[in-house]
Amino acid sequence: MAVAEKTVERRRRAPLAPWLKGTLLTLGSMAVTMLGLLFVTFIIGRVMPIDPVLAIVGERASQSTYDEVYQQLGLDKPLIVQFAYYLWDVIRGDFGMSLLNARPVAEDIARVFPATLELATLGVFVGIVIGVPLGVIAAVRQGSWIDQIARILALVGYSMPIFWLGLMGLLVFYGILGWVGGPGRLDIFYVDIVPSVTGMILIDSALAGDWAVFRNAFSHIVLPASLLGYYSLAYISRMTRSFMLEQLSAEYVITARVKGASERAVVWGHAFTNIRVQLVTVIVLSYANLLEGSVLTEIIFSWPGIGSYITTALLSADMNAVLGGTVVVGLIFICLNIFSDLLYRIFDPRSK
Amino acid sequence: MSDGMKLRAWLLTDAPVSRHHARLAGLYKGWLSFRANTMAMFGLSILVFLALVALFAPFLAPHDPFVQDLANRLEPIGSPGHPLGTDSLGRDILSRLIHGSRITLYIVMIVALIAPTAGLLIGTVSGYAGGWIDMLLMRITDIFLAFPRLVLALAFVAVLGAGVENAVLAISLTAWPPYARIARAETLTIRSADYISAIRLQGAGPFRIITKHVWPLCISSLIVRVTLDMAGIILAAAGLGFLGLGAQPPSPEWGAMISEGRRFILDHWWVATVPGLAIFTVSLAFNLLGDGLRDVLDPKAGGRQ
Repeated sequence: MAVAEKTVERRRRAPLAPWLKGTLLTLGSMAVTMLGLLFVTFIIGRVMPIDPVLAIVGERASQSTYDEVYQQLGLDKPLIVQFAYYLWDVIRGDFGMSLLNARPVAEDIARVFPATLELATLGVFVGIVIGVPLGVIAAVRQGSWIDQIARILALVGYSMPIFWLGLMGLLVFYGILGWVGGPGRLDIFYVDIVPSVTGMILIDSALAGDWAVFRNAFSHIVLPASLLGYYSLAYISRMTRSFMLEQLSAEYVITARVKGASERAVVWGHAFTNIRVQLVTVIVLSYANLLEGSVLTEIIFSWPGIGSYITTALLSADMNAVLGGTVVVGLIFICLNIFSDLLYRIFDPRSK
Repeated sequence: MSDGMKLRAWLLTDAPVSRHHARLAGLYKGWLSFRANTMAMFGLSILVFLALVALFAPFLAPHDPFVQDLANRLEPIGSPGHPLGTDSLGRDILSRLIHGSRITLYIVMIVALIAPTAGLLIGTVSGYAGGWIDMLLMRITDIFLAFPRLVLALAFVAVLGAGVENAVLAISLTAWPPYARIARAETLTIRSADYISAIRLQGAGPFRIITKHVWPLCISSLIVRVTLDMAGIILAAAGLGFLGLGAQPPSPEWGAMISEGRRFILDHWWVATVPGLAIFTVSLAFNLLGDGLRDVLDPKAGGRQ
């Protein structure tokens, strides 16, 4: 009897479409991962060898002041309650005050983030424009000299310390040849000329119609962006190549060839069309990886982005800033990962 | 037939007479196919060279790596007595490079021991136990994978303080999750194999099954992954050293040497260039070796049989 009721119950509920179920699962696991990420940073903040109370009251405060602040910060509460407070703060976008300049960390991050975004976006752009065609050609002419070059480029890219390559780039293209602008985002004469709308100088100067600033900003960004572009190129071209190889050996490609389709139609019309979705997910992932690569690149090029921000904060023991920066980078990283996963689910009919 | 020929024939036999014979023959065939890969052999010889240099560093280095000579600071490459020049304190760059190889190898070896071992432990337990243990361990793995590696390592170093040991620990803490994933995937396929059921029927407990029958089969895919990962470990360690968070001055760690040379990059380029080339050479060697090993040990990915 009970079993029969259960079956009826089950039949009444509309079954979830498999792709929707998958999407919900992905979103659920994303929430858990984010919670875990915040827990890790929370724990790091708690076991940090710096006493947060002392950092506020100073060393000469009396015991009663110390205890007061200790309670204000909620440090007398159980760990789980403290974690709940921390979660609530992060949700409201409150990462505490920077110990260095006494400004809210969230404001600082919002100020430096556009610089990183501008750099990483241009980097990925370089990676796509060169990496995708290179990967396709390497797959079509497997074993040719262009395939070898693509292989060597990728191998060297995986083995080269990014900060060292950046230094060499500065030495050659700035120091010796003088083709590009040096470290920083602008020459000193161009700073603060155009109003900051997006925080990305290339866009801001274009909006203001000030092409002198635009040219100067471009000459500064071209080297670090090419550097990051090279790293994403190494990854994108390898992935493109292996996706294309898989398609080119498929039977429908042979059919198309037998039917007499031109090489161009076979490669770009048939095979490439089928790897587009996979490719987009790879590009989103390499965008996420550039966030990481940008830490060292920003240091080399004195680029005032989030990587420089975290490192500077770290060297001056400004813990709220370090943790805030880590959380923001981690959250963006997760979001991009999930985004690439969802793209794949939604646009690839095979995953349904 | 000479002794060498006899040994070769014995190793290449199709009909091994004992278990050891079969294992040795398998290893020898693997070595033959590895030897045919020129690039992998090139990588291996660089690494053997590096190991020898590190081993005999005090005998090979022409000068003491720490002794300052302010009269001869920033000497260019090829100056008498200093083939690779001197740095801003007049220390011989070649000697520092030679002694620095010890630090690099030390970091790589320790991380390459800690991270795969932790990953193997977590991955096999997770895969073999299944259920909520699997759920929990894999969630934790995902959380660690969710951080960009360098940023997480930075946060760990912030807690632990700067230094070589802490850099090793921070890199290991960020490096284990991929190994756990691989070990879990291998365990899942092994777990349902007939021979595992057979051992279980004979009364073997989970501990014995995991350590004696699952681990040996996970090792080869982990070795491939470790070799390919070593380049990443070297780059991460150098990056931390460069940021001033790894080895501390006056240690001749290569990343820290680049950081020192950075201030003079436009006028005295060799101070930062030489250690960077060393890092590049070593991580390239590990990448080449890893590619070659993958072809030999992992027939699924190598596409050769």
